[in-house]
Formats: sequence, structure tokens, C-alpha cells
Amino acid sequence: MAREDTFAEARKHLEGLSDAELEARFWTLARQCVGPMVELARTHTSPSIERSVLMRMGVDSVTCKAVVAECEVRGLLGHGAGQVVLLAMQAWGVDAPTAAGRLAEGEGWELAEGKWGGVR
Amino acid sequence: MSEHAHAPRSGATPSDGAGPGKRTLDPCFGRPLADPPLDPCAKLDVEALLDGLAHYRPRRSGWTWRRRVPGLTAYEFTYHEAAEPLERSVPLPAAHYFENIDPQPDCVITTEIASGRPEDDIRRMRMAAWHGADHIMVIRTAGQSHMDGLIEGTPEGVGGIAVTRKQVRLSRRALDLIEDEVGRPINFHSYVSGVAGPEIAVMFAEEGVNGAHQDPQYNVLYRNINMYRSFVDAAVAKHVMAAAGILQIDGAHNANATAVKAWKVMPELLVQHAINCAFSEAVGMPADLIALSTVPPDAAPAPCMRMDLPYAVTLRDLFGRYKMRAQQNTRYMESDGRDATVSHVMNLVVSRLTSADIQSTITPDEGRNVPWHYNNIAAVDTAKQSLVGMDGLREMVKIDRENPELRERVRELKERAVLFLEAMLEDGGYFAGVEKAYFVDSGEYPETHDDGIARDGAGGVAAGSIVPRAADYLAPVCHHFGENHLEILEEYGAPAGSTACTLIGGCTFCDDAKVPFTDELDPTDNARERLMQTAELREKGLIKPEVEWAGDGIVAVTMFLPAAEAVAEAAALELGRAMNLTDCEVIHKRVMHPAEGTLIELKGRLDVAIDPATLVIPEPPDVLTDEEIRDFVHERTLKCVAATVGNDEHSVGMREIIDIKHGGLEKWGFSVTYLGTSVPIEKVLDAAIEHAASVVLISTIITHADVHREMMQKLADLAEEKGVREKLLLISGGTQVTDEIARESGMDAGFGRRTKGIDVASFVVKTMRERGM
Repeated sequence: MAREDTFAEARKHLEGLSDAELEARFWTLARQCVGPMVELARTHTSPSIERSVLMRMGVDSVTCKAVVAECEVRGLLGHGAGQVVLLAMQAWGVDAPTAAGRLAEGEGWELAEGKWGGVR
Repeated sequence: MSEHAHAPRSGATPSDGAGPGKRTLDPCFGRPLADPPLDPCAKLDVEALLDGLAHYRPRRSGWTWRRRVPGLTAYEFTYHEAAEPLERSVPLPAAHYFENIDPQPDCVITTEIASGRPEDDIRRMRMAAWHGADHIMVIRTAGQSHMDGLIEGTPEGVGGIAVTRKQVRLSRRALDLIEDEVGRPINFHSYVSGVAGPEIAVMFAEEGVNGAHQDPQYNVLYRNINMYRSFVDAAVAKHVMAAAGILQIDGAHNANATAVKAWKVMPELLVQHAINCAFSEAVGMPADLIALSTVPPDAAPAPCMRMDLPYAVTLRDLFGRYKMRAQQNTRYMESDGRDATVSHVMNLVVSRLTSADIQSTITPDEGRNVPWHYNNIAAVDTAKQSLVGMDGLREMVKIDRENPELRERVRELKERAVLFLEAMLEDGGYFAGVEKAYFVDSGEYPETHDDGIARDGAGGVAAGSIVPRAADYLAPVCHHFGENHLEILEEYGAPAGSTACTLIGGCTFCDDAKVPFTDELDPTDNARERLMQTAELREKGLIKPEVEWAGDGIVAVTMFLPAAEAVAEAAALELGRAMNLTDCEVIHKRVMHPAEGTLIELKGRLDVAIDPATLVIPEPPDVLTDEEIRDFVHERTLKCVAATVGNDEHSVGMREIIDIKHGGLEKWGFSVTYLGTSVPIEKVLDAAIEHAASVVLISTIITHADVHREMMQKLADLAEEKGVREKLLLISGGTQVTDEIARESGMDAGFGRRTKGIDVASFVVKTMRERGM
């Protein structure tokens, strides 16, 4: 909705603030604004985030993509794709790139299914 | 179990980037490289740099500021805002008057390079570094921000480059060599935005990238990527960047470049900066790794500096704890390189009067095409020249904070920004604000024109792709933001006191050997394939003009056509074809007068390569030592007569050649009689005879109707006539004079532009020796 410049009236409550108080108010509001966004980020993950975890485990990008896509389909993203790979690593006694590679080939998903149940 | 504080490779913790001049130089800078050092006289061996990339590892990571040198002295000057000089560089054009000094300003200077081909970009990076750029930014190819995942290899980009591990590694490898060549660390930079932000951040951390744009608001507003996904991803990406000491630059300047009336978005820009800064700090990024991308929003014919200065002051008041990356205005930039350069210089004045930690540059041709090689250099030179020229200016010229217009405007902008935030919070917060089109509205808040960008929380690219972290969410790696139930690692058998990545045997941030490398996903090696097409040029050392890519053959021709605009444009295309150019295109035109004429800049392709073996290149004059010259001159008490001849009042060039203070002939003991300007030839010769001179120097600048040739010939003829030709060395000089022209006109030698006293003195001594004079 278009609105005329109401600055002269809208600013009345700020008039009495010193410059320092005004600047402090600016930052209080900005932090208030990002609070819920930070909380959202803290408690959520995404395919890109999970791929970035697998990358840090030494997995190449093509394999990351395949494993995370399968995690998504199987509703496992919320447990962490890294944990799915860790499970396979320990079951097979192999390193992360090898485990992720085998998962990408479609092997071993019953391990995650055993822990968290089937496709949701 | 706790995450251990480990920063990849450099060992520099993010918090030690205290500011320009304060951070100690990266200790890994200068550490020996596996590649042989660059030879300043040889081209980059691009093929060799592509070899063995799978095993190349960067030697350092994290951002580096220039080292300030307060009171730096160079030539006869002292600088107040300068940094450590480079070991090798190309100085400003006028530097040869000042012993070729090349003082470097205190702030980092950015150049944006991305032709779409990494193998060509690295050559331009080297040129830019020699001119003073130490922040090389690569723009991404169109569409990369919507790629859900990493791209690999070296596919050709459009309007930018496909940012991939191979491209980054090749560039970093080249920059490692280049930074050693110039003697200053070079920050490499690209974008951590789009739908693959966390992955790109990890790749950048692993590959020694030093700076990156990261601002989820950019995704939301300009790339229509789902807002929730953007912020959730951003938190992880920022946390990783902080761990690697990567400097973050935000994306607020885009509102300026997008808004209908750029000067109306100032309150919103303050809000955008604040959201990214506050969010970044909340997810673990230290303030000194956070930089604001600020732009003076306006351009002349608006009274832009009076409008932009209060905004710049407001920013620095509110955001003093963060870094300022001063960008240049692009909003009102068109095809006129001169116009763009003047705007940018005015932007630089704002930087110098306020502050800038990083001075970014925009190439003067960005308004008309993907930047060309030499325009990157032009922009870097503009920044260096302006910043050095305004060195210490703010000690004498201060912003008058008590000026009523400035004071009121600064206060007003802050209040408008506060009102924006208050209203947005009342409306439900940031996400609700975006849905209600708070941003990029052309009204100055609280005024709105209802033309802002609105995005739907349930829409956009990758909508619905975020997932709540479960009670057993686990990421067994370091530097992971957010809920991470590392305590369950014990269920997997991790011993007490383990780090996040102990069970996987170390993550890539702790064990660099684990970083994977993917070469190409396409069946062929894209970069090598492209290089094959120009292999002949390199093998045979052929010379073909280029502006962007090796062998592209593009040239630009500037012409004044005495015709009206439309006619001139059509005529220029025809002239281009007459010059054997193909793909001709008018890239700039400017009316000089509606009827009298038009300036045209035309580009075209010239499919010609020159073999340097076929060229006749004049040998540079070899000069004698000071001692040799001085001894010869003293033995003979050599005398010279010098004059500017014809109707010519110029004397600067001649003074340079004869005056002792310019390193002229007097320096070696020549006794020089300077007769002045507009001296008749007869008088010159009479004086030579009278003073028993051995050398006659004439200078001529005015050359229309071949006046210079006439003067020379006349002097030679007259000397012959008077029977003194054999006793005299006749030398002429001037900006349009060449040795060839002079000899054709009866002189013994001619000297053109950039001649120094030593060149003339050496010639005199050598010739007199040869002739037994």
C-alpha cells in the first residue's frame, strides 16, 4: 500500500532520544529482528547443510549429492546425513568417503532403516 | 565433548584481524611454494598451472590487511595514509617524474575479474596485482546461485565464471605465485550465496579463499531463493567462514543498484546492513570479519556528494565496529568510460573524507560489456591515483559535523531506519516484512510507493526444503553451527574428551589430506580444450589483440565523425568493415553537437596475428655510466647551445634534458647555454659558433604542417652553409620527434617522449668518440 511520507509525525517518539540512545535503539531492534531467524537456523538443517557436513568428512560433491538426496527421500535429514554415513562406516569398518560411496550406490540403507525406521 | 578451536591451515584466529595495519602479516605468506617463482619477464604458464591441480594445496587462509607505514617516505614526499610498498609494480603514469615511486594507499583495493574462463582470468589477475590490487574478486556465472550443489570443473561461464573447486584452486595457485612476485598477500574472493552456500563456504575454507560475499537477503530479494532456506543455510556458511578467517562482505549495495530512485533507499540500506551484521555475529562471526558493502547512492547531475556524504557519515556512526568496503556507484553508469571514472573519483573522495578499509573498484566499461583486461587496470589505477593523491587530506579538510544540513540529515536517516525496524517488528518480523514488500521500495521510508520486492515464505527456489533437527541430530565435523548432539558420539564409541571429528578420523578442517578433488564432470577437460584453440599463438609466440580471452581478436577504435548521431553510428559500422573488422558494434557514442558531429567508440574483431620475428624493433639506447660521461665532458669542457625553435613557447621538455635538478646534461658538467623559446634558427647557429659549442639542441613541440621537420632541415642546411656542420652534433627533441624523422631531416639524432638527460649525454659522448671529435 502506497503511503505519503509521514516521517514528521512518525518520528515524534524518537525526538527526545540522544544520538547515542537512538543508535542503541537501532541495534536493539536489529538484534530483536534476527533473534527468531537465528533460532530457526539453530534448530533446522537443509540439503546444502548436510552436503557441507559430508564434504567436511572428505566426501566428493557428486557423492554428497546422491547420499543427501536419498536421506531426504527417506526422511533422515533431521538426524544428520553425517550420522547416516557414520553408521555405515562403523558397520563396514571403512572410512567416510568409502561408506558414502557405497551408500550412493544404494547399498546399506537398511542400517539407517533399522535405527530410525523406514521411509517417512 | 567439545569442538576444538581449529582454524584451517593459517593458524590465524579470526579475531586477530584487528584492522588495517593492526593484523600482523600472515606468517604463511612468503613460505616457499612447490611451483618455481614467476619470472617477471615471462608470461604465466597456464598449462603448467593446470597440471597436478589434484595435489595443489594453498599455503595460507584467512583475510589479510595491508601493513600501514605511517610517515612513509618516497622520493621527496611523506605519506600519512600509505601501506608497505610492493616489490614489483607498475607505477602511475606520472611516476617517472618522481623516480618511479609507486606509493600504495593504506586500504585494500579490489578488482572484479571474471571473464567466464579461469585460464584467462589468472593472467588478468597478475596484471591487476602489478597495478596495486590485493583483493581479487571473481563474479559467478549467471545461474550458479540456483544450482543446488557444487559445480565442478571448468565449464565456460556467462557474465562470470563457474565457481568450482578446480577454478578456485587454479586461481589460488596462480595468486600464490603472483603475491610472491609483487611482494604482498593477495586476498581471493567470491560468493557464498545461492542455494549451495554451506557447501561453497566449506570449499572456500578448504581452498584458501580469503573473502566472500555472504548475505542471505541477497538470495531472498534478488535471486528469489526461499527466505527460510536462505537464513538457515547462511548461519552454517557464516560459521564456517569465521572458522577459516574469511572476511564477509554483505550484499546491501544491490538495493542501491536496483532501486528506481537510489537515493530513497538509504534508510532501508541501513536496515539491511544491520540485519546481516546482527545475524552474522549471532551465529559466531567476529565483528572484524564483517564488512559492509557501501555505495554512495547518487551520481551527478544530482548534487551527489552533498547527498551521499551524510549517508556515509551515518553508516560509519552506526556501524563503526565493522569494516567498510567502499563500492563504487553502478546505478547510473552507462557506456561512457569518462563519466564512470569521474563518478568513481567522487566516490573516492567520500572514502577518503570518511573511511574505507577496502576500496572496491568498478571497471569504467562495466556499463557496456563484461569488463576488459585494461579496464580492470584503469579502475585499479583510478583508485590508487585518487587515494594516494588525497593522502592525508582529511587532516586539513574535515567534515563539518555541525553543518545543519549534514547534522539533520544524519539524524533523519537514523530515525527513518529505526522507524523501518519498529514497523517491521510490529508487522511480525523480517520474514513478514519481506512478504509485505518492505524492501527495495522507491519511497524513502516511512514513505512507500508500493513497488518493493515481495517474496512468499512458502515460495521461491528450494521452498520447503528445510527440516527440523531431530533430538539426535548429529554432524561429526568441526565448526558446525547450531544444535549438534555431540554427546551421542559416545554411543558410537568415541572416547571421552574427543573432538567432533575424532570418530571419523578427522574432518577436512583438521586433516587437509582429506580434501577431495574433482577435476571435470564433463567428458573433456574444458579449460584444456579451450587452450588448444589458441595453442598456436602461444607455441609460436604470435601476437593477437585481445580484451577478454586469449586470441579473441577484439579491438576498439575511437573516432570522431562529423555527422549526427544516427548517421555517425551507421557510418562507423561501415568504417569498421573497411578496416577489415568483423562483428562490428558501436559500444559508445556521445553527441558533440547535434549537427557538427559525434564521438564513436567501435569494437570489432581483427583476425590477424603478428609474428614478432618479422618485426623491426628499435634497440633501446644503451647508456653510459655517470663517471664515463663526466670524465669525457670534463676533459673537453663540452659546451652546448639549446633552444626551443620556431613559434614555440614550450620549454618544459628542454629543461628536463638540460637542468641539473632534473638529471639533465648539467649534471655531468656540460656547460649549457639556453637561449629560450621561439628562437630563430639563425640565432641558434650564431650562438653555437660564438660559444664554440660542440652540441646544438633544438626542441620543437608544435608539429602541424611539419614545422618540426622544416626547422631541423633548416638548422642542418645553415650549418653546412656556414661550414660548421662537421664540428657540431645537431640534436632535436620533442613529443612527436623520432630518431628516424630527425635523421631524415639532417640531424645527428632525435629524441622523443620520455627521453632523459642520460640518453642524450650518452649519445653525445659515444658519437664524439666514434667521430674522434
